[in-house]
Amino acid sequence: MARTPDTVTRTLVSPAQLARPLGRTAYWSVFWILAVLFALVFLFPLYWMISGGLKSPQEIIRTPPTLVPAAPAAHNYLTAWQDGDLGRLIGNTALYALGALGFQLVFDVAAAYAFSKLRPVFGNLVLFAMLATLMIPTTVIALPEYLTANNLPFLHISLLNTPWAIWLPSVTNAFNIFLLKRFFDSIPTDLLAAAAIDGAGPLRTLWSVVLPISRPILGVVSIFAVVGVWKDFLWPLLVLTDTSAQTVNIGLRQLSSGLPQNVLIAALAIASVPTIVFFLIFQRNIMSGLTAGATKG
Amino acid sequence: MATLNLTRALAADAARAARSGRPRGSLGRELRRNTTAYLFLAGAIICFALFSWYPMIREVIMSFQKSNFAGETSWVGLRNYRHILADPDFWSAWRTTGLFTLFALVLGYAVPFFTAIVINELRHARSYFRLLVYLPVMMPPVAAAFLWRWFYTPDSSGLFNALLHVLHLPGVQWLQSSHALAVLCLVMFSTWINMGGTVLIYLAALQGIPGELYEAAEIDGAGLLRRIWHVTVPQTRLVLSLMLLLQIIGTAQVFMEPYVITGAANNTTSVVYLIYQYAFAYNNYGSASALGVLLLLVLSGFAGGYLWLSRRTGEE
Repeated sequence: MARTPDTVTRTLVSPAQLARPLGRTAYWSVFWILAVLFALVFLFPLYWMISGGLKSPQEIIRTPPTLVPAAPAAHNYLTAWQDGDLGRLIGNTALYALGALGFQLVFDVAAAYAFSKLRPVFGNLVLFAMLATLMIPTTVIALPEYLTANNLPFLHISLLNTPWAIWLPSVTNAFNIFLLKRFFDSIPTDLLAAAAIDGAGPLRTLWSVVLPISRPILGVVSIFAVVGVWKDFLWPLLVLTDTSAQTVNIGLRQLSSGLPQNVLIAALAIASVPTIVFFLIFQRNIMSGLTAGATKG
Repeated sequence: MATLNLTRALAADAARAARSGRPRGSLGRELRRNTTAYLFLAGAIICFALFSWYPMIREVIMSFQKSNFAGETSWVGLRNYRHILADPDFWSAWRTTGLFTLFALVLGYAVPFFTAIVINELRHARSYFRLLVYLPVMMPPVAAAFLWRWFYTPDSSGLFNALLHVLHLPGVQWLQSSHALAVLCLVMFSTWINMGGTVLIYLAALQGIPGELYEAAEIDGAGLLRRIWHVTVPQTRLVLSLMLLLQIIGTAQVFMEPYVITGAANNTTSVVYLIYQYAFAYNNYGSASALGVLLLLVLSGFAGGYLWLSRRTGEE
């Protein structure tokens, strides 16, 4: 055999069927049709975006459109970067995402650990109240949540246009708490008991025993935390009204009316770069993490 | 030193409690153990209280209230509900949301499943397919939405009409012609950007199917389609039904797509979009909350139906 197959497990189509000449022809035709189809559906739009950002204002409205920009105008990208203040938008989003990640790793991990191993009185009731919020669509409570963020009870301060408006509500991620608790439940209690006998308190046990074995689930939870902030639209639209505080998603929408079409397309391309590059670098970890989270979570 | 002893005692106690399953010990120890646990929980509880539990209650209260610009509220009974039911936009928004959910069931539900089945059959370059299908998921959703709005340009400078032009087909007024087509355009975009995650979940589920089942089905003379229907579907039933529920709940809350791609044009205002308009365009918090409560009731209906069905099939 020239090439080793990705897997040897039996699937829908039997290996014997694939080994026959007819089966092999069918397999390779399906393979190549699908490979081209995937490139057209998922890669070509990205090419169209990047090349569209290189077109002149006249060329971008030409009918039919050109496949390759006639005179690539790289300065569109510079204009988009400057006029769109994209550096700030991307920086803001990264700040919100990393902060949300930090808050979730501290508060949600601590909560899941308490639910799983410390088991206080009414712990299950509190856990149930948190998991019940999974059933409540976030968009439904967006208005009262906004009013609360605008005027916190007792403190009477507004979180609007501050990173706190993204960070603190991100902690209410019941799904992440659920995933973490499920994982902590699988850690044998004897291990923790041994740590306790050695004189480790709950915090130390969490830090030096539980967290090191929980690396896989922490990875999954981190991806969910960061992607959640990066993709959110309605909540940042409500609480980040200042141009200087906005995320990529909200900023792009505001820019859309002010920029010429070709510069807007260039701005979209720039805005898409950080996450796509990040994904391409860490794709192996992200893929395996997501799949593990999907099956075990 | 005292604190060290204290934490040591607490840890030993917690460990013992965890081992025996039920906490046991003197009252003072119990108190200390619980205090520690609630200190661990404090951050999450405060955040949930402020940004989840309290807003939930407030939503229901606000739906029976009317507030003026000074922020003073008064009880108005069911008037907010009567007001939104009388609003022609109300029915139009439900029609759009319903149609979006329906189209998303056909496209966004079936397409990822069959994509996953086909990818799972491939013996080569599987990571290429997984990588590509996941690429759009990594784009900022609004950037992708603007990209697609540009693709839907009504003249042949738009990508989709240019493709039709190459095939010598007449151009289509994608977003402007009819309500149903406009909603379908939103669903196509939504499927494109979201299907990566679903495909990965289905792939993971497909890999858990024992190969012997397919072999047995084949020996019994089952063809390809029958094997999918009698082996693949039943074996992935749990994942399929859960994804169905999550998708219905997700698509019923559609907001970004109509807000960014179509605007309010062609009556594509969805329910959540209408909530947003009531609240922030008309400052009518009461009506916005009432509509939110109705949406919540409808979605709880779906979730309840799902739980009832899954319990019933579980008992069989």
